[in-house]
Amino acid sequence: MANRNFLGPAGTVLGVVEFWLLTLAGFTLFFGGWMLVAWSGLMPANLLPSPLAVWETLVRLWNQPFAGHVYAEHLTASIGRFLMGWAIAVAIGIPLGLLMGWYRILDEIITPLFDSIRFVAPLAWVPLAALWFGTGIGGPLLIIFVGSFAPCLISAYRGARLVEPRLVEAAQTMGASGRRIIQHVLVPGAMPSIISGLRVSAGLGWQSLVGSELIVVGAGLGYLMVQGQGNLATNIVIAGMVGIGVVGFAIDVALRGVEAWFKRRWGQT
Amino acid sequence: MATGAAPARFHRAFFVGALTIVAVLALWWVATTGTRWLNPLRLPAPSEVWAALQQILDRGYAGATLWQHAMHSLGLVARGFAVAIVTGIPLGLLMGWSRRAEALINPIFLLLRPIPALAWIPLAIVWFGLGDTGKVFVIWLTAFVPAVINAFTGVRNVDPVLIAAARTQGASTAQVIRHVVIPGSMPLIFTGLRLSLQASWTTLVAAELVGAFFGLGRVLNIAGQDIFPGMIIVGMVAVAVCGAATTWLLGLLERRVLNWRQAI
Repeated sequence: MANRNFLGPAGTVLGVVEFWLLTLAGFTLFFGGWMLVAWSGLMPANLLPSPLAVWETLVRLWNQPFAGHVYAEHLTASIGRFLMGWAIAVAIGIPLGLLMGWYRILDEIITPLFDSIRFVAPLAWVPLAALWFGTGIGGPLLIIFVGSFAPCLISAYRGARLVEPRLVEAAQTMGASGRRIIQHVLVPGAMPSIISGLRVSAGLGWQSLVGSELIVVGAGLGYLMVQGQGNLATNIVIAGMVGIGVVGFAIDVALRGVEAWFKRRWGQT
Repeated sequence: MATGAAPARFHRAFFVGALTIVAVLALWWVATTGTRWLNPLRLPAPSEVWAALQQILDRGYAGATLWQHAMHSLGLVARGFAVAIVTGIPLGLLMGWSRRAEALINPIFLLLRPIPALAWIPLAIVWFGLGDTGKVFVIWLTAFVPAVINAFTGVRNVDPVLIAAARTQGASTAQVIRHVVIPGSMPLIFTGLRLSLQASWTTLVAAELVGAFFGLGRVLNIAGQDIFPGMIIVGMVAVAVCGAATTWLLGLLERRVLNWRQAI
């Protein structure tokens, strides 16, 4: 796309120097604007601390516990909870989606059920989750599960549906059993769709985790932020947001890596 | 998701689907009312849900009737969403049209994008309090990023041949943008809007659960505190109905705006 020089500014290819200068200007604009607003007193420091104050807060939270734990413990609590909920969603959603793509009757039974609860926003499960599993570990897990389940199911289902029917027929003519077709034709064929679904579901799961921690949990980045908000400590709230952003970014980069690896390993798409 | 290719297939899918829903409802009744092997504090009986619905419709719950709560939540989503459309789409179009604008603005997105809108809720409360402004702000954040990204990608996916063709016919830059670039990026813009509408409801419910005076999230919050399972179910169904209704409305708008696609 970069070298498509057609008639319009979208086709102009920026020089390396110009590109990096503009990128640098963008970063400067963000941090400069933030610092300017913070230091000029346009917004009081307790509403918007400067980037430096946030950095100092991060360092302080790293050493001193706030809301019961030091920063690293909040971080690992959140990541652990996310991984568990997401793993359950993947472990149930992907096999179920594949089977729905394979067995028509399963599709017909599950689709109406799925469609009727699809529109319940994941966070609307919070009170019920608290009622069923308590606010300890089970409740938040259900929220993360609900948040990340749908993309797992849909991507596996679509992937299974997109598998070339001729390939399945070919395998059948060669005398392959149903189980072997699923293992050697259906799953590899559905893989590209599944992997992109995994990325979407991880993003949504991480988001649901943040939501559940804001509402029901006693540790984790979301809880840290709520406690900061209760004390009107904006620096702690923003320090929490930084951690959430960094982990969310890391999750996305990791799954992009898996996607790229898969493309290299298995060829096209 | 069942694709109804042939009519016979459709009938069968419809029949099995209806049977499944009926079976689940029957199972619900048997488990909660018929045999009582589920604790009503875990899953309320259908009659309790019905009673809760009657209560919130007639006398109200958590400070207002269901209709008032739902209208309040709908209004917030509509406002936040409208602001996101008005700000996000032009910015995305600009970034798509000009590589300079892209290089300048992209870093800011790089920094803000990994932070889910939900994580802004505590900050929004400190900044704007528990009233409406903070909620409109977080809904705006939810819908803004997808609006920008999809408008941007939409412009970049416009076939350059179309632009070149318009140019050869003597179209000015303004005309190219108005008649080629914007219509060409519309389908992708609507895809982004549909995704962010669902996300907006999640954000709103979360924001209202954290703290609000009105709205469906407030109903859920109070019902949770009162341990009133029937009302929790009513709240969840109301959220789902509102989400489905707004998605349907957006679909209508999409068909109207993208009318020209069917004409071709």
